[in-house]
Amino acid sequence: MAGAVMRPLAAGGGMKRQWHDGRPMKNVASDFIKPNNRLTSFERLEIYNRQYWFRLKDCFYEDYPGLRAILGEHRFERMACAYLARHPSQSFTLRNLGRFLVDFLDAEPRWLGRLRGPALDMARLEWAHIEAFDNEARPALEIDSLLDADPADIRLQLQPHLTLLQLGYELDEFLIHVKQGAGLRTEASNAMEQPRTRKEGRRKRHLQPKTMFLAVHRHDDTVYYKRLHAGQFRLLSAFRAGATLAGACAELAESADANVAEVKSWFETWAALGWFCKLA
Amino acid sequence: MRPDGRAPIFFKNLMPANAFNGMTDYGIGIGLRVPHYNHILSEKPDCDWFEIISENFMVDGGRPLRVLDQILEQYQVVQHGVSMYFGSAEPLNREHLKKLKRLVKRTNTPWLSDHLCWGSVDGRYTHDLLPMPYTRAAAKATARKIREARDFLEVPIAVENVSSYAEFHVSEMTEWEFLNEVVERADCGILLDVNNIYVSSRNHNFDPFEYVNSVPAERVAQFHIAGHSKYERYILDTHDHPVIDPVWRLYAHAIGRVGKTATLLEWDARIPSFDEVHNEALKAGQYLENIESKTVAA
Repeated sequence: MAGAVMRPLAAGGGMKRQWHDGRPMKNVASDFIKPNNRLTSFERLEIYNRQYWFRLKDCFYEDYPGLRAILGEHRFERMACAYLARHPSQSFTLRNLGRFLVDFLDAEPRWLGRLRGPALDMARLEWAHIEAFDNEARPALEIDSLLDADPADIRLQLQPHLTLLQLGYELDEFLIHVKQGAGLRTEASNAMEQPRTRKEGRRKRHLQPKTMFLAVHRHDDTVYYKRLHAGQFRLLSAFRAGATLAGACAELAESADANVAEVKSWFETWAALGWFCKLA
Repeated sequence: MRPDGRAPIFFKNLMPANAFNGMTDYGIGIGLRVPHYNHILSEKPDCDWFEIISENFMVDGGRPLRVLDQILEQYQVVQHGVSMYFGSAEPLNREHLKKLKRLVKRTNTPWLSDHLCWGSVDGRYTHDLLPMPYTRAAAKATARKIREARDFLEVPIAVENVSSYAEFHVSEMTEWEFLNEVVERADCGILLDVNNIYVSSRNHNFDPFEYVNSVPAERVAQFHIAGHSKYERYILDTHDHPVIDPVWRLYAHAIGRVGKTATLLEWDARIPSFDEVHNEALKAGQYLENIESKTVAA
Protein backbone atom coordinates (compact mmCIF):
# COMPACT_ATOMS: atom_id res chain seq x y z
CA MET A 1 0.00 0.00 0.00
CA ALA A 2 2.81 2.42 0.84
CA GLY A 3 4.15 2.11 -2.69
CA ALA A 4 0.79 3.08 -4.10
CA VAL A 5 0.27 5.92 -1.62
CA MET A 6 3.66 7.49 -2.31
CA ARG A 7 3.61 6.99 -6.06
CA PRO A 8 3.43 10.25 -8.07
CA LEU A 9 -0.02 11.23 -9.24
CA ALA A 10 -1.08 11.17 -12.87
CA ALA A 11 -1.03 14.39 -14.87
CA GLY A 12 -4.68 15.08 -14.08
CA GLY A 13 -4.07 14.91 -10.33
CA GLY A 14 -5.56 11.47 -9.72
CA MET A 15 -3.99 8.10 -9.09
CA LYS A 16 -2.21 6.52 -12.04
CA ARG A 17 -4.29 3.95 -13.93
CA GLN A 18 -1.53 1.39 -14.30
CA TRP A 19 0.79 -0.19 -11.75
CA HIS A 20 4.53 -0.45 -12.36
CA ASP A 21 4.19 -3.91 -13.92
CA GLY A 22 1.47 -2.80 -16.32
CA ARG A 23 -1.48 -4.25 -14.40
CA PRO A 24 -4.55 -2.02 -14.19
CA MET A 25 -4.37 -0.13 -10.91
CA LYS A 26 -8.01 -0.94 -10.21
CA ASN A 27 -7.04 -4.63 -10.07
CA VAL A 28 -4.07 -3.93 -7.84
CA ALA A 29 -6.22 -1.90 -5.46
CA SER A 30 -9.02 -4.46 -5.34
CA ASP A 31 -6.51 -7.15 -4.40
CA PHE A 32 -6.19 -5.68 -0.92
CA ILE A 33 -8.81 -2.96 -0.44
CA LYS A 34 -12.53 -3.59 -0.14
CA PRO A 35 -14.91 -1.48 -2.18
CA ASN A 36 -18.07 -0.13 -0.58
CA ASN A 37 -21.42 0.91 -1.99
CA ARG A 38 -20.09 4.37 -2.97
CA LEU A 39 -16.39 3.97 -3.73
CA THR A 40 -14.37 1.40 -5.64
CA SER A 41 -11.16 0.01 -4.19
CA PHE A 42 -9.28 2.24 -6.61
CA GLU A 43 -11.10 5.35 -5.41
CA ARG A 44 -10.53 4.52 -1.75
CA LEU A 45 -6.81 4.05 -2.31
CA GLU A 46 -6.72 7.19 -4.42
CA ILE A 47 -7.85 9.27 -1.44
CA TYR A 48 -4.64 8.34 0.36
CA ASN A 49 -2.49 8.78 -2.74
CA ARG A 50 -3.82 12.29 -3.28
CA GLN A 51 -3.61 13.22 0.39
CA TYR A 52 0.04 12.18 0.49
CA TRP A 53 1.00 14.44 -2.38
CA PHE A 54 -1.15 17.36 -1.29
CA ARG A 55 0.38 17.23 2.17
CA LEU A 56 3.98 17.08 0.99
CA LYS A 57 3.55 19.71 -1.69
CA ASP A 58 1.80 22.03 0.75
CA CYS A 59 4.74 21.72 3.08
CA PHE A 60 7.21 22.28 0.25
CA TYR A 61 5.33 25.34 -0.97
CA GLU A 62 5.43 26.76 2.53
CA ASP A 63 9.15 26.08 2.99
CA TYR A 64 10.27 27.44 -0.39
CA PRO A 65 8.32 30.57 -1.28
CA GLY A 66 11.43 32.23 -2.72
CA LEU A 67 12.26 29.34 -5.01
CA ARG A 68 8.63 29.25 -6.10
CA ALA A 69 8.75 32.95 -6.92
CA ILE A 70 11.87 32.49 -9.03
CA LEU A 71 10.76 29.40 -10.90
CA GLY A 72 7.09 30.23 -11.27
CA GLU A 73 4.24 27.94 -10.22
CA HIS A 74 4.41 25.41 -13.04
CA ARG A 75 8.16 24.85 -13.03
CA PHE A 76 8.19 24.75 -9.22
CA GLU A 77 5.42 22.15 -9.23
CA ARG A 78 7.31 19.92 -11.66
CA MET A 79 10.53 20.33 -9.73
CA ALA A 80 8.85 19.64 -6.39
CA CYS A 81 7.20 16.46 -7.66
CA ALA A 82 10.46 15.21 -9.14
CA TYR A 83 12.36 15.94 -5.94
CA LEU A 84 9.77 14.41 -3.63
CA ALA A 85 9.56 11.30 -5.78
CA ARG A 86 13.36 10.93 -5.64
CA HIS A 87 13.66 11.90 -1.99
CA PRO A 88 10.59 10.85 -0.02
CA SER A 89 10.63 11.95 3.59
CA GLN A 90 13.07 10.02 5.73
CA SER A 91 12.33 11.93 8.88
CA PHE A 92 9.51 11.88 11.42
CA THR A 93 9.10 15.59 10.79
CA LEU A 94 8.23 17.42 7.59
CA ARG A 95 10.68 20.09 8.68
CA ASN A 96 13.42 18.03 7.06
CA LEU A 97 11.64 17.52 3.75
CA GLY A 98 14.02 19.78 1.83
CA ARG A 99 17.21 18.39 3.32
CA PHE A 100 18.46 17.02 -0.02
CA LEU A 101 17.04 19.69 -2.29
CA VAL A 102 20.26 21.59 -2.97
CA ASP A 103 22.13 18.40 -3.85
CA PHE A 104 19.23 17.28 -6.02
CA LEU A 105 19.10 20.55 -7.93
CA ASP A 106 22.85 20.64 -8.26
CA ALA A 107 22.80 17.17 -9.80
CA GLU A 108 19.71 17.76 -11.93
CA PRO A 109 19.70 21.41 -12.99
CA ARG A 110 17.25 20.69 -15.80
CA TRP A 111 14.42 21.36 -13.32
CA LEU A 112 15.58 24.96 -13.02
CA GLY A 113 15.79 25.96 -16.68
CA ARG A 114 17.63 29.18 -17.42
CA LEU A 115 17.26 30.33 -13.82
CA ARG A 116 19.67 27.76 -12.48
CA GLY A 117 21.97 30.25 -10.75
CA PRO A 118 19.48 32.23 -8.68
CA ALA A 119 17.26 29.19 -8.11
CA LEU A 120 20.06 27.08 -6.71
CA ASP A 121 21.20 29.95 -4.51
CA MET A 122 17.65 30.48 -3.30
CA ALA A 123 17.32 26.80 -2.38
CA ARG A 124 20.48 27.15 -0.30
CA LEU A 125 19.21 30.32 1.36
CA GLU A 126 15.81 28.85 2.19
CA TRP A 127 17.32 25.70 3.66
CA ALA A 128 19.63 27.89 5.74
CA HIS A 129 16.52 29.71 6.95
CA ILE A 130 14.95 26.43 8.06
CA GLU A 131 18.13 25.48 9.88
CA ALA A 132 18.34 28.89 11.54
CA PHE A 133 14.75 28.69 12.73
CA ASP A 134 15.08 25.77 15.11
CA ASN A 135 18.62 24.46 15.19
CA GLU A 136 20.36 24.36 18.52
CA ALA A 137 21.66 27.54 20.15
CA ARG A 138 24.49 26.59 22.45
CA PRO A 139 25.57 28.76 25.37
CA ALA A 140 27.45 31.73 23.95
CA LEU A 141 31.16 31.88 24.51
CA GLU A 142 32.43 34.67 26.74
CA ILE A 143 35.25 36.14 24.69
CA ASP A 144 36.93 37.33 27.87
CA SER A 145 37.43 33.71 28.81
CA LEU A 146 39.94 33.46 25.95
CA LEU A 147 42.15 36.34 27.04
CA ASP A 148 44.86 34.18 28.52
CA ALA A 149 44.74 31.51 25.84
CA ASP A 150 47.25 31.11 23.03
CA PRO A 151 45.58 32.10 19.71
CA ALA A 152 47.32 29.14 18.13
CA ASP A 153 45.22 26.87 20.38
CA ILE A 154 41.87 28.64 20.16
CA ARG A 155 39.28 27.09 17.87
CA LEU A 156 36.11 29.16 17.85
CA GLN A 157 32.92 27.21 17.36
CA LEU A 158 30.02 28.80 15.49
CA GLN A 159 26.41 28.31 16.55
CA PRO A 160 24.66 25.36 14.88
CA HIS A 161 21.88 27.70 13.74
CA LEU A 162 24.36 29.89 11.80
CA THR A 163 24.92 29.17 8.10
CA LEU A 164 27.47 31.01 5.97
CA LEU A 165 26.54 31.44 2.33
CA GLN A 166 28.32 32.77 -0.71
CA LEU A 167 25.63 33.66 -3.21
CA GLY A 168 25.81 34.77 -6.81
CA TYR A 169 22.72 36.98 -6.52
CA GLU A 170 21.30 39.45 -4.01
CA LEU A 171 18.57 37.13 -2.85
CA ASP A 172 18.18 38.25 0.75
CA GLU A 173 16.05 41.25 -0.10
CA PHE A 174 14.18 39.27 -2.71
CA LEU A 175 13.25 36.57 -0.19
CA ILE A 176 12.29 39.08 2.47
CA HIS A 177 10.06 40.77 -0.06
CA VAL A 178 8.46 37.46 -0.97
CA LYS A 179 7.83 36.61 2.64
CA GLN A 180 6.66 40.17 3.24
CA GLY A 181 8.83 40.22 6.29
CA ALA A 182 9.33 43.43 8.16
CA GLY A 183 10.88 44.81 11.25
CA LEU A 184 14.32 43.31 11.08
CA ARG A 185 16.64 45.31 13.23
CA THR A 186 19.64 46.76 11.52
CA GLU A 187 21.59 45.76 14.58
CA ALA A 188 21.26 42.14 13.53
CA SER A 189 20.89 42.51 9.81
CA ASN A 190 21.46 45.03 7.10
CA ALA A 191 19.14 43.23 4.71
CA MET A 192 16.36 45.78 5.12
CA GLU A 193 18.34 48.93 4.58
CA GLN A 194 17.16 49.54 1.05
CA PRO A 195 13.59 50.39 0.13
CA ARG A 196 11.40 47.55 -1.08
CA THR A 197 9.08 49.14 -3.53
CA ARG A 198 9.40 47.15 -6.72
CA LYS A 199 7.05 44.36 -7.65
CA GLU A 200 8.18 40.79 -7.23
CA GLY A 201 8.09 40.06 -10.97
CA ARG A 202 10.24 43.04 -11.72
CA ARG A 203 12.64 41.98 -9.00
CA LYS A 204 12.90 38.55 -10.54
CA ARG A 205 13.63 39.95 -13.96
CA HIS A 206 16.22 42.26 -12.51
CA LEU A 207 18.12 39.64 -10.55
CA GLN A 208 21.60 40.40 -11.76
CA PRO A 209 24.62 38.29 -10.92
CA LYS A 210 26.48 39.80 -8.00
CA THR A 211 28.56 37.97 -5.46
CA MET A 212 27.41 38.44 -1.91
CA PHE A 213 28.21 36.85 1.43
CA LEU A 214 25.54 36.14 3.96
CA ALA A 215 25.21 34.84 7.48
CA VAL A 216 21.79 33.29 8.12
CA HIS A 217 21.30 33.15 11.85
CA ARG A 218 18.83 33.40 14.70
CA HIS A 219 18.71 36.12 17.31
CA ASP A 220 15.98 36.43 19.93
CA ASP A 221 14.05 33.68 18.14
CA THR A 222 13.95 35.55 14.85
CA VAL A 223 15.83 34.52 11.73
CA TYR A 224 18.01 37.18 10.14
CA TYR A 225 20.11 37.47 6.99
CA LYS A 226 23.21 39.47 7.74
CA ARG A 227 25.42 40.55 4.88
CA LEU A 228 29.14 40.03 5.34
CA HIS A 229 32.24 41.44 3.74
CA ALA A 230 34.46 38.97 1.89
CA GLY A 231 36.98 39.11 4.71
CA GLN A 232 34.35 38.45 7.34
CA PHE A 233 33.06 35.51 5.37
CA ARG A 234 36.57 34.11 4.94
CA LEU A 235 37.31 34.43 8.63
CA LEU A 236 34.05 32.85 9.79
CA SER A 237 34.36 30.08 7.22
CA ALA A 238 37.80 29.31 8.53
CA PHE A 239 36.43 28.99 12.05
CA ARG A 240 33.68 26.72 10.83
CA ALA A 241 36.28 24.58 9.07
CA GLY A 242 38.13 24.18 12.34
CA ALA A 243 40.99 26.64 11.89
CA THR A 244 42.63 28.11 14.95
CA LEU A 245 42.19 31.79 15.72
CA ALA A 246 45.82 32.41 14.79
CA GLY A 247 45.53 30.44 11.56
CA ALA A 248 42.33 32.13 10.46
CA CYS A 249 43.67 35.60 11.19
CA ALA A 250 46.93 34.87 9.40
CA GLU A 251 44.98 33.79 6.36
CA LEU A 252 42.92 36.96 6.51
CA ALA A 253 46.03 39.13 6.86
CA GLU A 254 47.46 37.60 3.70
CA SER A 255 44.44 38.73 1.75
CA ALA A 256 44.69 42.23 3.27
CA ASP A 257 40.95 42.56 3.48
CA ALA A 258 40.86 44.35 6.80
CA ASN A 259 42.90 46.15 9.40
CA VAL A 260 43.20 45.27 13.05
CA ALA A 261 40.63 47.79 14.23
CA GLU A 262 38.08 46.50 11.77
CA VAL A 263 38.63 42.90 12.72
CA LYS A 264 38.26 43.80 16.38
CA SER A 265 34.89 45.40 15.70
CA TRP A 266 33.80 42.33 13.75
CA PHE A 267 34.54 40.11 16.72
CA GLU A 268 32.67 42.45 19.03
CA THR A 269 29.60 42.32 16.81
CA TRP A 270 29.71 38.55 16.37
CA ALA A 271 30.21 38.03 20.08
CA ALA A 272 27.27 40.35 20.82
CA LEU A 273 25.14 38.31 18.46
CA GLY A 274 26.21 35.15 20.29
CA TRP A 275 27.67 33.51 17.21
CA PHE A 276 30.55 31.90 19.08
CA CYS A 277 29.67 29.04 21.33
CA LYS A 278 31.19 26.51 23.61
CA LEU A 279 31.94 23.04 22.39
CA ALA A 280 28.97 20.66 22.47
CA MET B 1 -20.58 -4.73 39.29
CA ARG B 2 -21.94 -5.02 35.80
CA PRO B 3 -22.28 -8.41 34.11
CA ASP B 4 -19.04 -7.89 32.28
CA GLY B 5 -17.22 -7.44 35.58
CA ARG B 6 -16.46 -3.76 35.14
CA ALA B 7 -17.21 -1.11 37.74
CA PRO B 8 -20.68 0.45 37.65
CA ILE B 9 -20.90 3.66 35.68
CA PHE B 10 -21.92 5.91 38.58
CA PHE B 11 -18.81 4.82 40.44
CA LYS B 12 -16.49 5.67 37.60
CA ASN B 13 -18.19 9.00 37.10
CA LEU B 14 -16.80 10.05 40.44
CA MET B 15 -13.36 8.92 39.38
CA PRO B 16 -12.54 10.35 35.98
CA ALA B 17 -8.87 9.94 36.61
CA ASN B 18 -7.30 6.62 35.79
CA ALA B 19 -3.91 5.05 35.38
CA PHE B 20 -3.99 5.75 31.66
CA ASN B 21 -4.15 9.51 32.05
CA GLY B 22 -1.74 9.67 34.93
CA MET B 23 -4.55 9.91 37.52
CA THR B 24 -5.28 13.44 36.38
CA ASP B 25 -8.57 15.27 36.23
CA TYR B 26 -8.14 17.58 33.25
CA GLY B 27 -11.12 19.40 31.83
CA ILE B 28 -11.62 20.82 28.36
CA GLY B 29 -8.62 21.76 26.27
CA ILE B 30 -7.70 22.75 22.76
CA GLY B 31 -4.78 21.97 20.50
CA LEU B 32 -1.95 24.51 20.76
CA ARG B 33 -1.54 26.01 17.29
CA VAL B 34 0.83 28.66 15.92
CA PRO B 35 -1.84 31.27 14.97
CA HIS B 36 -2.85 31.44 18.65
CA TYR B 37 0.62 31.80 20.16
CA ASN B 38 0.60 35.57 20.45
CA HIS B 39 -2.92 35.69 21.89
CA ILE B 40 -2.18 33.02 24.47
CA LEU B 41 1.12 34.54 25.54
CA SER B 42 -0.16 38.09 25.73
CA GLU B 43 -3.72 37.59 26.99
CA LYS B 44 -3.20 34.43 29.04
CA PRO B 45 -6.79 33.28 28.47
CA ASP B 46 -8.37 30.70 30.74
CA CYS B 47 -7.99 27.24 29.26
CA ASP B 48 -7.91 24.00 31.23
CA TRP B 49 -5.12 22.51 29.16
CA PHE B 50 -3.37 22.45 25.82
CA GLU B 51 -2.48 19.49 23.70
CA ILE B 52 0.74 19.88 21.73
CA ILE B 53 1.84 17.94 18.68
CA SER B 54 5.02 16.40 20.04
CA GLU B 55 6.83 16.46 16.70
CA ASN B 56 6.50 20.24 16.45
CA PHE B 57 8.61 20.58 19.57
CA MET B 58 11.13 17.79 19.03
CA VAL B 59 13.61 20.37 17.80
CA ASP B 60 16.92 21.55 19.15
CA GLY B 61 16.07 25.19 19.72
CA GLY B 62 14.36 28.34 18.55
CA ARG B 63 10.93 29.81 18.96
CA PRO B 64 9.00 26.54 19.29
CA LEU B 65 10.75 25.59 22.50
CA ARG B 66 10.72 29.16 23.82
CA VAL B 67 6.97 29.35 23.31
CA LEU B 68 6.47 25.93 24.83
CA ASP B 69 8.38 26.90 27.95
CA GLN B 70 6.26 30.02 28.33
CA ILE B 71 3.09 27.98 27.90
CA LEU B 72 4.30 25.46 30.45
CA GLU B 73 4.68 28.23 33.01
CA GLN B 74 0.95 28.94 32.81
CA TYR B 75 -0.88 25.87 31.56
CA GLN B 76 -1.19 22.13 31.75
CA VAL B 77 0.12 20.49 28.58
CA VAL B 78 -0.37 16.99 27.19
CA GLN B 79 1.68 15.55 24.34
CA HIS B 80 0.04 14.08 21.28
CA GLY B 81 2.16 12.44 18.59
CA VAL B 82 1.64 11.77 14.92
CA SER B 83 4.66 9.74 13.91
CA MET B 84 5.27 6.88 16.33
CA TYR B 85 3.47 4.56 13.91
CA PHE B 86 2.84 1.70 16.33
CA GLY B 87 1.30 -0.20 13.44
CA SER B 88 4.28 0.00 11.10
CA ALA B 89 6.19 -3.23 10.67
CA GLU B 90 9.59 -1.72 11.42
CA PRO B 91 10.84 -1.47 14.99
CA LEU B 92 10.55 1.74 16.99
CA ASN B 93 13.21 4.29 16.17
CA ARG B 94 15.43 4.67 19.24
CA GLU B 95 16.65 8.13 18.27
CA HIS B 96 13.07 9.25 17.87
CA LEU B 97 12.19 7.84 21.27
CA LYS B 98 15.14 9.61 22.87
CA LYS B 99 14.02 12.94 21.44
CA LEU B 100 10.50 12.25 22.57
CA LYS B 101 11.65 11.40 26.06
CA ARG B 102 13.57 14.67 26.28
CA LEU B 103 10.32 16.45 25.46
CA VAL B 104 8.38 14.35 27.99
CA LYS B 105 10.80 15.47 30.67
CA ARG B 106 10.38 19.07 29.57
CA THR B 107 6.57 19.05 29.56
CA ASN B 108 5.92 16.57 32.39
CA THR B 109 3.01 15.33 30.33
CA PRO B 110 0.89 13.06 32.54
CA TRP B 111 0.15 10.82 29.59
CA LEU B 112 1.16 10.70 25.97
CA SER B 113 -0.93 9.74 22.99
CA ASP B 114 -0.33 8.65 19.43
CA HIS B 115 -2.35 6.89 16.79
CA LEU B 116 -3.33 3.31 16.17
CA CYS B 117 -2.06 3.32 12.62
CA TRP B 118 0.95 2.83 10.43
CA GLY B 119 2.69 5.30 8.15
CA SER B 120 6.31 4.44 7.49
CA VAL B 121 8.06 1.74 5.49
CA ASP B 122 11.80 1.10 5.34
CA GLY B 123 12.54 4.48 6.86
CA ARG B 124 10.31 6.40 4.46
CA TYR B 125 7.52 8.40 6.05
CA THR B 126 4.10 9.03 4.50
CA HIS B 127 3.19 11.58 7.20
CA ASP B 128 -0.28 10.12 7.08
CA LEU B 129 -2.25 8.04 9.57
CA LEU B 130 -2.85 4.94 7.50
CA PRO B 131 -5.44 2.36 8.59
CA MET B 132 -4.27 -1.04 9.71
CA PRO B 133 -5.39 -4.48 8.64
CA TYR B 134 -7.38 -5.70 11.62
CA THR B 135 -5.63 -9.00 12.20
CA ARG B 136 -4.51 -10.73 15.38
CA ALA B 137 -0.92 -10.75 14.18
CA ALA B 138 -1.04 -6.99 13.65
CA ALA B 139 -2.64 -6.45 17.05
CA LYS B 140 0.06 -8.49 18.73
CA ALA B 141 2.92 -6.70 16.99
CA THR B 142 1.37 -3.29 17.60
CA ALA B 143 0.79 -3.98 21.28
CA ARG B 144 4.41 -5.04 21.67
CA LYS B 145 5.60 -1.73 20.25
CA ILE B 146 3.28 0.25 22.51
CA ARG B 147 4.66 -1.58 25.52
CA GLU B 148 8.23 -0.92 24.38
CA ALA B 149 7.51 2.77 23.92
CA ARG B 150 5.83 3.06 27.30
CA ASP B 151 8.69 1.27 29.05
CA PHE B 152 11.22 3.55 27.40
CA LEU B 153 9.31 6.79 27.87
CA GLU B 154 8.12 5.94 31.38
CA VAL B 155 4.77 7.65 30.86
CA PRO B 156 1.28 6.18 30.29
CA ILE B 157 0.39 5.85 26.63
CA ALA B 158 -3.05 6.20 25.07
CA VAL B 159 -3.66 5.16 21.47
CA GLU B 160 -6.11 7.03 19.28
CA ASN B 161 -8.49 5.48 16.80
CA VAL B 162 -7.96 7.10 13.38
CA SER B 163 -10.47 8.07 10.74
CA SER B 164 -10.15 5.98 7.61
CA TYR B 165 -11.25 5.75 4.02
CA ALA B 166 -10.27 2.17 3.21
CA GLU B 167 -10.80 -1.32 4.64
CA PHE B 168 -8.70 -4.39 3.93
CA HIS B 169 -9.77 -7.82 2.73
CA VAL B 170 -7.40 -9.45 5.20
CA SER B 171 -9.07 -7.91 8.26
CA GLU B 172 -10.31 -10.55 10.69
CA MET B 173 -12.32 -8.31 13.00
CA THR B 174 -13.99 -4.92 13.28
CA GLU B 175 -12.02 -1.79 14.05
CA TRP B 176 -13.31 -1.65 17.62
CA GLU B 177 -12.49 -5.29 18.20
CA PHE B 178 -9.00 -4.58 16.93
CA LEU B 179 -8.67 -1.53 19.18
CA ASN B 180 -9.76 -3.60 22.17
CA GLU B 181 -7.37 -6.41 21.29
CA VAL B 182 -4.45 -3.98 21.04
CA VAL B 183 -5.13 -2.05 24.25
CA GLU B 184 -5.74 -5.19 26.27
CA ARG B 185 -2.53 -6.76 25.01
CA ALA B 186 -0.56 -3.55 25.55
CA ASP B 187 -2.40 -2.68 28.75
CA CYS B 188 -2.57 0.89 27.59
CA GLY B 189 -5.13 3.66 27.43
CA ILE B 190 -7.40 4.89 24.67
CA LEU B 191 -7.68 8.36 23.25
CA LEU B 192 -11.18 8.02 21.91
CA ASP B 193 -11.76 10.33 18.98
CA VAL B 194 -15.51 10.42 18.53
CA ASN B 195 -15.23 12.49 15.37
CA ASN B 196 -13.00 9.81 13.86
CA ILE B 197 -15.51 7.15 14.85
CA TYR B 198 -18.25 9.15 13.17
CA VAL B 199 -16.19 9.76 10.00
CA SER B 200 -15.23 6.09 9.69
CA SER B 201 -18.78 4.96 10.45
CA ARG B 202 -20.04 6.97 7.49
CA ASN B 203 -17.21 5.83 5.25
CA HIS B 204 -17.57 2.16 6.18
CA ASN B 205 -21.28 1.87 6.97
CA PHE B 206 -21.21 0.86 10.62
CA ASP B 207 -23.09 2.07 13.68
CA PRO B 208 -20.85 4.52 15.59
CA PHE B 209 -22.76 3.84 18.82
CA GLU B 210 -21.91 0.16 18.57
CA TYR B 211 -18.25 1.20 18.37
CA VAL B 212 -18.52 3.43 21.44
CA ASN B 213 -20.44 0.77 23.37
CA SER B 214 -17.71 -1.75 22.69
CA VAL B 215 -14.81 0.31 23.97
CA PRO B 216 -13.51 -0.65 27.44
CA ALA B 217 -14.61 2.48 29.30
CA GLU B 218 -12.06 2.10 32.05
CA ARG B 219 -9.23 2.49 29.55
CA VAL B 220 -10.37 5.78 28.04
CA ALA B 221 -7.80 8.38 29.03
CA GLN B 222 -9.00 11.23 26.86
CA PHE B 223 -11.50 12.28 24.20
CA HIS B 224 -10.96 14.10 20.93
CA ILE B 225 -13.66 16.06 19.20
CA ALA B 226 -13.31 17.86 15.86
CA GLY B 227 -15.01 18.95 12.69
CA HIS B 228 -14.74 17.34 9.27
CA SER B 229 -15.65 17.88 5.62
CA LYS B 230 -18.48 16.06 3.91
CA TYR B 231 -18.12 15.16 0.27
CA GLU B 232 -20.63 13.50 -1.99
CA ARG B 233 -19.42 9.96 -1.44
CA TYR B 234 -17.24 10.10 1.63
CA ILE B 235 -16.26 12.20 4.64
CA LEU B 236 -12.77 13.59 5.07
CA ASP B 237 -11.33 14.24 8.51
CA THR B 238 -10.14 17.80 7.93
CA HIS B 239 -10.36 19.43 11.38
CA ASP B 240 -11.42 22.68 9.75
CA HIS B 241 -15.01 23.07 10.90
CA PRO B 242 -17.01 23.21 14.12
CA VAL B 243 -18.17 19.92 15.59
CA ILE B 244 -21.43 18.79 14.03
CA ASP B 245 -24.45 17.74 16.10
CA PRO B 246 -24.22 14.00 15.37
CA VAL B 247 -20.66 14.03 16.72
CA TRP B 248 -21.79 15.91 19.83
CA ARG B 249 -24.48 13.26 20.35
CA LEU B 250 -21.89 10.54 20.01
CA TYR B 251 -19.67 12.39 22.47
CA ALA B 252 -22.54 12.72 24.93
CA HIS B 253 -23.18 9.00 24.67
CA ALA B 254 -19.49 8.21 25.09
CA ILE B 255 -19.01 10.27 28.24
CA GLY B 256 -22.23 8.74 29.53
CA ARG B 257 -20.42 5.41 29.42
CA VAL B 258 -16.95 6.58 30.38
CA GLY B 259 -17.62 9.44 32.76
CA LYS B 260 -16.08 12.88 32.91
CA THR B 261 -12.83 12.61 31.02
CA ALA B 262 -10.30 15.04 29.61
CA THR B 263 -11.68 16.34 26.34
CA LEU B 264 -9.87 18.17 23.58
CA LEU B 265 -11.01 19.97 20.45
CA GLU B 266 -8.76 19.71 17.41
CA TRP B 267 -8.85 22.51 14.83
CA ASP B 268 -5.94 22.28 12.40
CA ALA B 269 -6.86 24.04 9.18
CA ARG B 270 -8.52 27.37 8.43
CA ILE B 271 -8.02 28.06 12.11
CA PRO B 272 -10.25 30.81 13.49
CA SER B 273 -9.50 33.00 16.51
CA PHE B 274 -8.52 31.49 19.82
CA ASP B 275 -11.86 32.50 21.31
CA GLU B 276 -13.83 30.84 18.54
CA VAL B 277 -11.90 27.60 18.89
CA HIS B 278 -12.07 27.67 22.67
CA ASN B 279 -15.79 28.46 22.71
CA GLU B 280 -16.40 25.52 20.40
CA ALA B 281 -14.47 23.29 22.79
CA LEU B 282 -16.36 24.60 25.79
CA LYS B 283 -19.61 23.31 24.30
CA ALA B 284 -18.42 19.97 25.65
CA GLY B 285 -18.98 21.44 29.09
CA GLN B 286 -22.76 21.17 28.92
CA TYR B 287 -22.49 17.45 28.23
CA LEU B 288 -19.99 17.00 31.02
CA GLU B 289 -22.29 18.90 33.39
CA ASN B 290 -25.15 16.59 32.48
CA ILE B 291 -22.98 13.65 33.41
CA GLU B 292 -22.12 15.32 36.71
CA SER B 293 -25.74 15.98 37.59
CA LYS B 294 -26.67 12.38 36.77
CA THR B 295 -23.81 11.22 38.95
CA VAL B 296 -25.00 13.30 41.87
CA ALA B 297 -28.51 11.96 41.37
CA ALA B 298 -27.20 8.40 41.35
